[in-house]
Amino acid sequence: MANLQKSDALLVKDYMAGDESALAVLIKRHESKIYGFIYSKVADREISNDIFQDTFIKVIKTLKTQSYNEEGKFLPWIMRIAHNLVIDFYRKSKKMPLFRETEDFSIFSIMSDDSLTVESQIIADQVEVDIRRLVEELPLDQKEVLIMRMYQDMSFKEISETTGVSINTALGRMRYAIMNLRKIIDKHQIVLTN
Amino acid sequence: MEKNYSKELKITKKMKPDKEVVSLLLNYSKALKIVKIEDKVFEIIVN
Repeated sequence: MANLQKSDALLVKDYMAGDESALAVLIKRHESKIYGFIYSKVADREISNDIFQDTFIKVIKTLKTQSYNEEGKFLPWIMRIAHNLVIDFYRKSKKMPLFRETEDFSIFSIMSDDSLTVESQIIADQVEVDIRRLVEELPLDQKEVLIMRMYQDMSFKEISETTGVSINTALGRMRYAIMNLRKIIDKHQIVLTN
Repeated sequence: MEKNYSKELKITKKMKPDKEVVSLLLNYSKALKIVKIEDKVFEIIVN
């Protein structure tokens, strides 16, 4: 109770000496002035709360490091800190790119969604199924090499070791597999598009 | 009937920060210990 009647200078002195309750009185005494000042500049409750918090964190640190000189100007000092933090806030927000939707400019002209649409996904799945069927039509040795290379992502060296043929033979089988696939596609006039 | 031109008395509520903000600051202050060793400053947060 006695704290409520003390001057700012005394409360600051007490707080610097370790009396934590002095800070609560100082905050209570000046919160509406400081918060009101910040709100008048930023017009947003959340941002005002953030800046108010940052202001007092600076105050607390300065007082706890004993680097504050009490000259009876406690409130103007805090207001100056709050003012500087408001400036910092505007500096930071200015750097952020701001796009406004106008008649000539739509935000969606620079934003794109690269994921497939449901329709494109169905087509892609169908193409995948069709190719699988075509691969089944290939001679066994060619089919084997193509599956290892395309679906199991094996190198030709690994394929040659697994199948027991030379790398050149594996390469040749892959080449024939692709040629034969093209022939089947042309023959049946299959359209594979996405 | 006479017109009343006097302005309505506006009740302006004082703006205050959220209670959580003040509470956080008080707890932060209690937890913060600053130690100066020579020209170095160490900030210690005590849980």
